[in-house]
Amino acid sequence: MTKRHWEDFESGAVAVYGPRLVTREEIIAFAAEFDPQPMHLDEVAASATLLGGLGASGWHSCCLLMRMITDGFLFDSTSMGSPGIEDVRWIRPLRPGTHIRIRSTIMDKRASNSRPDMGLVKFLFEVVDDADVVLTTLVTTIMFGRRERGAAS
Amino acid sequence: MKFFDEIEIGDTYALGDYTFTADAIKTFARRFDPQLFHVDEEAAAASHFGALCASGWHTAAVWMRLYVDHRRGMIEAARAAGLPIPALGPAVGFRDLKWMKPVYVGDTIEYSSIITDKRTSKSRPRSGLLTIKSTGVNQNGDPVISFVSTTFAERRGEPG
Repeated sequence: MTKRHWEDFESGAVAVYGPRLVTREEIIAFAAEFDPQPMHLDEVAASATLLGGLGASGWHSCCLLMRMITDGFLFDSTSMGSPGIEDVRWIRPLRPGTHIRIRSTIMDKRASNSRPDMGLVKFLFEVVDDADVVLTTLVTTIMFGRRERGAAS
Repeated sequence: MKFFDEIEIGDTYALGDYTFTADAIKTFARRFDPQLFHVDEEAAAASHFGALCASGWHTAAVWMRLYVDHRRGMIEAARAAGLPIPALGPAVGFRDLKWMKPVYVGDTIEYSSIITDKRTSKSRPRSGLLTIKSTGVNQNGDPVISFVSTTFAERRGEPG
């Protein structure tokens, strides 16, 4: 089995991962541990908030996305982690019972200036629901090992 | 407690600290980020990280928990004093999240947040939008995470 290296990612490539059912129980369990606000814990209290009903913590959406892309392709890649996240938008609430998918679009790729054994790939990840409505968008750059060392520029 | 109207740019919140244990790092990573350098000491030692380190999402989620706990303290004080409690959230997103250094087993991260901007909302006249810069610093004084989030906060004023 060959792992996906930096060379194997192509600008413009689109892939979809999932679906994955997000349950009420896991929304509440994540919130109880990391984001115990009423809008993520309790239907009645949540209905009185701007969220308009129980919805997952935005950080939970990010973590689910992370898990789905890890299972989807990162685990079988030469991923070296990420220096950060450019932008995240929590556009619509993630409700219990939603089947989410992750749509991945490669926006850009470039060699590393400092490390000839590494390259960078910039992704747009979208969390979409059963009806293909975008709930969350996330733009990040991930570092990957190269199959062949490039010339440091 | 301050409503949107009274919150000032520069208001700072010291949120406390959290020590990342190997157990907590691996438990979180197995659920959400099971890359080997977050779940397996030997594989992590062989990786460019050099040792087991926390998922960046774990470092971020702990900020959220400390922020909510800090706010809960303020809510309880306001309730005890019979004062109104302004609603906060939901957040609309964040940007410029940087993981500057790995968080290794035993690292203690101290978190803080500062209000960097505020503006009224056209779509939600009873709320304003706060811009908050949050940072986590390890026991050596090195920043390990920072990001800028935007969230709704309730305005004081006439109901309905």
